[in-house]
Amino acid sequence: MAHAAVHDTHDTHDHKPQGFLHRWLFTTNHKDIGTLYLVFALIMFFTGGSMAMIIRAELFEPGMQLVQPEFFNQMTTVHALVMIFGAVMPAFVGLGNWMIPLQIGAPDMALPRMNNWSFWILPFAFLLLLSTLFMPGAGPQGGWTLYPPLSLQGSNSIAFVILAIHMMGISSIMGAINIIATILNLRAPGLDLLKMPIFTWSWLITAFLLIAVMPVLAGAVTMLLTDKYFGTSFFNAAGGGDPVMFQHIFWFFGHPEVYIMILPAFGIVSEIIQTFSRKPLFGYQAMVYALASIAFLSFIVWAHHMFTVGMPLGGEIYFMYATMLIAIPTGVKVFNWVTTMWEGSLTFETPMLFAIAFVILFTIGGFSGLMLAIVPADFQYHDTYFVVAHFHYVLVTGAIFAIMAATYYWLPKWSGNMYSERWGKIHFWMSVISVNVLFFPQHFLGLAGMPRRIPDYNIAFADFNMISSIGGFWFGASQLLFVGVIVHAVYFSKNRATSKVWEAAKGLEWTVPSPAPHHTFSTPPVIDDSMLAHGDVSH
Amino acid sequence: MAQSHDAYYVPHGSHWPIVGSIGLFSTAIGAANWMNGSTSLMAAPLFYLGLVIIAFMMFGWFGTVIRESVAGNYNKQVDVSFRMGMMWFIFSEIMFFGAFFGALFYARMFSVPWIGGEGHGGLTNYFLWQDFTPSWPTNGPGNIGGTFETIPAWHLPLVNTLLLLSSGVTITLAHHALRAGYRRALLVWLGATVILGASFLYFQATEYLEAYQHLNLTLGSGIYGSTFFMLTGFHGAHVTLGTIMLIVMWFRCAKGHFTRNDHFGFEAVAWYWHFVDVVWLGLFVFVYVL
Repeated sequence: MAHAAVHDTHDTHDHKPQGFLHRWLFTTNHKDIGTLYLVFALIMFFTGGSMAMIIRAELFEPGMQLVQPEFFNQMTTVHALVMIFGAVMPAFVGLGNWMIPLQIGAPDMALPRMNNWSFWILPFAFLLLLSTLFMPGAGPQGGWTLYPPLSLQGSNSIAFVILAIHMMGISSIMGAINIIATILNLRAPGLDLLKMPIFTWSWLITAFLLIAVMPVLAGAVTMLLTDKYFGTSFFNAAGGGDPVMFQHIFWFFGHPEVYIMILPAFGIVSEIIQTFSRKPLFGYQAMVYALASIAFLSFIVWAHHMFTVGMPLGGEIYFMYATMLIAIPTGVKVFNWVTTMWEGSLTFETPMLFAIAFVILFTIGGFSGLMLAIVPADFQYHDTYFVVAHFHYVLVTGAIFAIMAATYYWLPKWSGNMYSERWGKIHFWMSVISVNVLFFPQHFLGLAGMPRRIPDYNIAFADFNMISSIGGFWFGASQLLFVGVIVHAVYFSKNRATSKVWEAAKGLEWTVPSPAPHHTFSTPPVIDDSMLAHGDVSH
Repeated sequence: MAQSHDAYYVPHGSHWPIVGSIGLFSTAIGAANWMNGSTSLMAAPLFYLGLVIIAFMMFGWFGTVIRESVAGNYNKQVDVSFRMGMMWFIFSEIMFFGAFFGALFYARMFSVPWIGGEGHGGLTNYFLWQDFTPSWPTNGPGNIGGTFETIPAWHLPLVNTLLLLSSGVTITLAHHALRAGYRRALLVWLGATVILGASFLYFQATEYLEAYQHLNLTLGSGIYGSTFFMLTGFHGAHVTLGTIMLIVMWFRCAKGHFTRNDHFGFEAVAWYWHFVDVVWLGLFVFVYVL
């Protein structure tokens, strides 16, 4: 079989046209599934975003103006669940689906049908979750962390929320298994692990984290379910259990989950910075080891989310120092991004602008994280807007900015057309200014003592809240530009992209035509080290 | 198996995933409505309908894969992908059980002693639970579910341990027979494994009946009952699934689906069975004996 073709037993893709539903519902093609994930993530981004707009509108002024407190609490809870499980994670999985096979010279994902199922569980899971907002007794109001006893004292919709989370977990685990099997089994011959593109590396490690912790979340929410409906006492002190136990199990999932939402972003930013600096990534191997170290540390720091819950002193001190250790591999990464740019021949196309903004703003989020890691300081910051500001710096200007950077970076490869650089840059500048107007004042609010998850506040917090809300509406409106740029590039742009797209782009994905054909690498490519970004790492 | 490494295999599209999603969706809606006390068609009936759809999906999906495999469409690389998929799936299952073992250890090491005033729990005990003396087993200071007795480790649980350990031996003997090409021995040993698994389930059910009817040990018996039934219950569910998988494998062996060198379906079930076995050893030590 030296002629080597894709063996497709009923190969309908290439020979006859398929119906719309047939194509998108039954697909086993990694590019189609990647597109489905990305479109779904964008829809969820706007769904969760409109909830954020409601939150910021209510907080525009002190006092109760627009919504009931119960509805406000549903908005904070569901906004978080939608953004985490519906927007950020599916967007990264979509990028992984599209790019990992292209980056490693594989014809598709290792388990293509399971790949389809991973995606098609998600719309049903979110239908279930969002439907709770319309149920009698309303949706979940206890925060996305679902801490008992509060989460169990709300309405009956908690059963729907928990089962929706189970479905999202099944989807994530299958998606992650697929990614690991693809990377370990389908690399083109000669593409050693330490020659792999850094984005693929970041996903390999992220997928491991997903398989390790999503089942733990499943266990935690199952215990919630049985405590509510089947009379167990896991989180009931009268029965010998402990509500704090939920927090331990939840955050054993939750902290690695945080890194699940940032490690692929690290990979994306590393790819983009080397391309637009026209230099290989500085310290490629150190970057890989830093990713692995961060992933390892993520398993042993969880209780820093619960310093004020009443842990023994030894636990507080251990979790404080373990958390601070994370600054070391993260510092390596930031240092290497900066050093990659150092003396590079830089140009500032939209992906690079987002990547540079990521490096600066994610680092701000990292520093506020270090502040939160200090136990006595955290007693002051805990459950205030300082925490809200911290995790929005790492998730919005971190994860979301990286996703946008990746979209601009690879969109020409997906669609075959260049986006409008002018409007991309306008989108960038609107986003980067408004996001700081939105979140930076929240640091001050938190330090001054404004608590999270409240619809009304002391009049002393009025000015900063109004500024923050203005930034919020501005940021939200700016994202309409993002959709506009994408739609224009895909359907209307006359500016055809070359295979290589970017002057200094290196790697297998830039050797296939733009747009990438439906099937790529039907035969394994012959690896020429000089066309890889990290082909000669032996030095 | 004629394909060399440089030939890739990509399967054609399939409607089974979307069928599976609809099944999961129905099951979830039905279960949630049922738990909330609804008696409508959207509760228990929808739940069961969902399960039927999922079973239908698995039947069809696995059937497709088996047909493609028997037709020789799969190459070595596909086989490795399947192996990795199964290994990482079992890893995810281990982490799932880890959450419940974690709850057990946390309760025994921390929450129960703290409620009793040990360590940093002094004030909690003084203000809320003064009369409580920590011990294990316990249903907590509230005596939730009423006084109960526990299952003695060295009776039925010991029998069950021996049954599962023997089943680990018999499935290995079956595998050796398969590799040696002795189908009759294969079917005997695999059949023995099924019987051992089913016996385990029978004794487990007997134990549950005993607990509920005579010992007043229920899911509602405080933290002991919660951890006992959730750990053994999820394990029992996995043994049930494993036994069904073994039965399917028995029929596939009887039909001659497997060859001496190519029988991943069998191996995957064997891995799963060993995983269930190892979890039981953890249960026996930490739930029953200690």
